[in-house]
Amino acid sequence: MITVEELSKRYGAYQSVDRVSFQARPGSVTGFLGPNGAGKSTTMRMMTGLTPPSGGRSTILGVPYADLPNPGRHVGVLLDASAQHAGRTGREILRLGALLMGLHRQRVEESLELVGLSDDEGDRRVGNYSLGMRQRLGIAHALLGDPQVLILDEPANGLDPAGIHWMRGLLKGFADRGGTVLLSSHLLHEIEIIADHLVVIGRGVIVADGTKADLLDAAGTLVRGLDPAALATCLDAAGLSCRRTHDGAYVVQATREQVAAATAQYGVVVTELRGADGAGLEEMFLQLTADDAREKVTA
Amino acid sequence: MSTATSSDLMVSPDPTVTAVPFNRLLRVELRKLVDTRAGFWLLISIGLITVAVIAVFLFVADPDQLTFLNFVGAAATPQSILLPVLGILAVTAEWSQRTGLVTFTLEPSRLRIAVAKLLAVTLVGLAAVVVALGVAALSNVAGMAFLDGAGTWNVGAANVRDFFALQLIGIVQGFAFGMLLMNTAAAVVLYYVLPIAWNLLFSMVDALGKVAPWLDLNTAMAPTFAQQTLNPTDWAHIAVSGTLWVLIPLAIGVTRLLHHEVKSA
Repeated sequence: MITVEELSKRYGAYQSVDRVSFQARPGSVTGFLGPNGAGKSTTMRMMTGLTPPSGGRSTILGVPYADLPNPGRHVGVLLDASAQHAGRTGREILRLGALLMGLHRQRVEESLELVGLSDDEGDRRVGNYSLGMRQRLGIAHALLGDPQVLILDEPANGLDPAGIHWMRGLLKGFADRGGTVLLSSHLLHEIEIIADHLVVIGRGVIVADGTKADLLDAAGTLVRGLDPAALATCLDAAGLSCRRTHDGAYVVQATREQVAAATAQYGVVVTELRGADGAGLEEMFLQLTADDAREKVTA
Repeated sequence: MSTATSSDLMVSPDPTVTAVPFNRLLRVELRKLVDTRAGFWLLISIGLITVAVIAVFLFVADPDQLTFLNFVGAAATPQSILLPVLGILAVTAEWSQRTGLVTFTLEPSRLRIAVAKLLAVTLVGLAAVVVALGVAALSNVAGMAFLDGAGTWNVGAANVRDFFALQLIGIVQGFAFGMLLMNTAAAVVLYYVLPIAWNLLFSMVDALGKVAPWLDLNTAMAPTFAQQTLNPTDWAHIAVSGTLWVLIPLAIGVTRLLHHEVKSA
């Protein structure tokens, strides 16, 4: 269980994180989604006591992180897979963790095996690891203390598609045994694969929070016509509220039947009509990204 | 999750888990000093250089100079120059290699980590002095046996104490600089360059000569080698200049650590 309440971080005049509140519940995988620079990592550092918040609080298992005795035994944390001493071997890094947490040495071997790092790879120095291997090592380190909670910042970064599916299986298994997982990503598709619950952050503010199913269903109906202008006029005349997507279609807050009836009534030619299936979420996410992106998404 | 059968464990911490005892923190910090290439080779090179310096000393010194005290001095010199780097690396690696993200999440009390690190480098310094004494004793015997050396064993507890003090001051100073600057290169450069520049200032300006031992740590510590033992005035010098060069940087460094934001980039 992770609870974040009104957490804020201000750097001078810049509000990096602005009164962020959400929960990650046991038994589910919560995806923390947002574009680069949205405040995900800062929020996660505040949750783990590395960055002092300007306001608000967060608890893990009902306790502020710094008050957890031997925190590695309760919370597995991976904030940056590359933040390891390049001159240490993977196995040595896990041994240091095991030594500190007071775990049996056998736990190191189990963790290496769990993330699919071979004996040989465990003895290589981390400086020679690929990003994917570092992520696996970082997850092994997070799982080392047999925690109830996992906090992972961009853990799928650098993993190939097979690796992402492997991680989904691993985290789902962890959640199914009653664990709480919070993982961040800046890629919607990545997080769609792994998470059950989504918290979306943009410019330091939470813009959506709900189950994946809810957020995807809330999107309504997507309709595309030969003549977009005529389609817009028709939807408007029928009293249906709609929003234009970046590629010229419309997401309508109505059922497919309502949209079909409206277009038939006004004789507008429709080339595509379907449930929006996350198009709304994707639009919202693109919009968030576009505000800061170098290349503008043309409407 | 093997023990997490009760739903309590999903929402509250496992009550059977207790805080990390200090001795485990210390063992981890000691291990971190030697389990990287940088740390390992630093210690190996200190050992090799010590042996090389002793060997050279054996052959170039006059037989009447081949005494235990002189051997201890010869063995301690490379250590006093290089061991502070170990003190620097112990702290700065957490930032330069970004391992602080892991270190400070596994033990949120940064003060405990700072104390464990300081104790770890101190223990290595003590071990180095013990090694230096051993090497010096062997060399003294070798000097007597093969080179007609004087072989005097005129080393008292006071000498040993002074050498310990010298090594520890250097290591703690390196540690303090590392903590203050949080950057390996800056700490190493400043650790070596600043005292030289400072020393130069005092040797060039005659009027400053008198206050030099109070303000310049190297001048204050110089009698360790020059005379048999440090006298009370020497200790007063070391206390004052040590406060300036070791304790104040250490205090600021620890304060900085306690309030610094630990980031990956």
